[in-house]
Amino acid sequence: MAEDRRGFLKTALASAGALALSSCTPLSQKPWVAEALGEVENLTRRVQRLFAGSHALAPEFARKDIAPVFRANGTLDPGTDDYAAHAANGFADWRIEVGGLVGNKLSLSLADLRGFPARTQITRHDCVEGWSCIGEWTGAPLALVLAAAKPKPEARYVMFYCADPMGNSSSGDVPFYYESLDLLEATHPQTLLAYELNGKVLPIEHGAPVRLRAERQLGYKMAKYVERLELVENFSEINGGRGGYWEDLGYSWYAGI
Amino acid sequence: MNAPSRSTGNRQAPPWLRKALGLAPLGPHYLFRRHALLTRATHWLNAVILFVMLLSGLQIFNAHPALYWGRTSDFDHPLLSLSARGSDDAVTKGVTQVGPWSFDTTGVLGASRVDGEMTARGFPDWATIPGPQWLAMGRLWHFAFAWLFVLNGAIFVVYAFWSRHAQRELIPGRDDLAHLPREIADHARLRFAKGEAAKHYNALQKLAYGSVIFGVAPLIVLTGLTMSPTIDAAFPELLWIFGGRQSARTIHFLCAFAFLGFFVVHIIMVVLSGTWNNLRSMITGRYVIEGDEHG
Repeated sequence: MAEDRRGFLKTALASAGALALSSCTPLSQKPWVAEALGEVENLTRRVQRLFAGSHALAPEFARKDIAPVFRANGTLDPGTDDYAAHAANGFADWRIEVGGLVGNKLSLSLADLRGFPARTQITRHDCVEGWSCIGEWTGAPLALVLAAAKPKPEARYVMFYCADPMGNSSSGDVPFYYESLDLLEATHPQTLLAYELNGKVLPIEHGAPVRLRAERQLGYKMAKYVERLELVENFSEINGGRGGYWEDLGYSWYAGI
Repeated sequence: MNAPSRSTGNRQAPPWLRKALGLAPLGPHYLFRRHALLTRATHWLNAVILFVMLLSGLQIFNAHPALYWGRTSDFDHPLLSLSARGSDDAVTKGVTQVGPWSFDTTGVLGASRVDGEMTARGFPDWATIPGPQWLAMGRLWHFAFAWLFVLNGAIFVVYAFWSRHAQRELIPGRDDLAHLPREIADHARLRFAKGEAAKHYNALQKLAYGSVIFGVAPLIVLTGLTMSPTIDAAFPELLWIFGGRQSARTIHFLCAFAFLGFFVVHIIMVVLSGTWNNLRSMITGRYVIEGDEHG
């Protein structure tokens, strides 16, 4: 009898589970479900911002906490001829353009970027996959770079355009990595255009010569191989319209969680 | 009410079966209002929410199926890892590693079949929402339902204290702890409370429900929040409490399995102690008590 009962229970539970599960994957594929679930992202962002404000600092760590090997993720080498040429001469001709809704367009060499007062911070990098690594980053606070570019009042977001093509570039038209931050996160004191990791020139697998650090966000926000910044009012007309390469593929624009 | 007078032969269903089928007890009995509407509503909502949370959580875990202790990921020394052996094209084996011990868990953990093909996956596709590897969608489900979990739980807890349900039925008192050894022995023999005693949770029930509601639930919310880099900026003390983000992630995972363990035991007890009576009391609120109302 006990066997029967157990058998029945097992079958009942298994069928209930299978029914519930089999409806979750098709549900996930419906655009309105993703939209509805994504709406909650706005709530999450607002509430988190309520507590974190514009200046709460991400925790900083001691030298002894630095990971012996900082894990590299995403693009490890852009692999284009153009990038290879830049790498070959030590990125001497690399420029970072700052344009869009600014009063003063900039074209910065690495020397120009190093001319800004530098900030060094030992922070924890959190990948959307779930792992964390601690490293020491040095760079120019983005707030100072933006101040030099004099954003216009209508500017709300900073777009970051990168040199790494996503996918096989030999097959022709592939998107390049790009990301965006709103001005609140972009002008946060720990948001840097970083050019050094652990006291050494930024390695190629970590985004040489310049990558973004936004320490209150997940790793995918921190664009590598940055070559152009553009200030915009909104990004709905840019590429997939969701503000970043991974965002266009369904990841949340707000990556504070 | 009296028992039907069919005392001839052995055709009378045994008491446990009568109970399971929801037949009225043979002896005198009456209906007792056991669960308030709000308890019932939040209970069933919570069942759905936890189901989505657990399975979408496993989907997120699958993006990096390993756990660590401390601030960061010491990739060479995980506490737990689910990994696949073989090549990318031909996964041959799934391995679960817990500290220094390794187990072959091919087919379930580390490597399992997706559309008939052995694939590297932490948990198998029948245990995740959505089924296929899809981190972005798993996160959307998880973070949306996390709000519902907190909201639903908060409504219940406020109500439970306001109505004194928490003080009376969920938080064990000194008397309860004194009864504990006896109750453990009774439970092990599957002897359940009857009559007046069945109207109240015993010490074991209080401990089980109380520790899940006031222990595991807040812990899983706080460790979840600790994984958020923005929350860490706002409340760095969370990192101090849990010993770092990766520790918090590990505790979060253990809490999820504590919920699963609670669920399994809960279902077993519901079935063994009168399936239909229990189910009815959580749906309509009414529970059959054996004996006379004023007995």
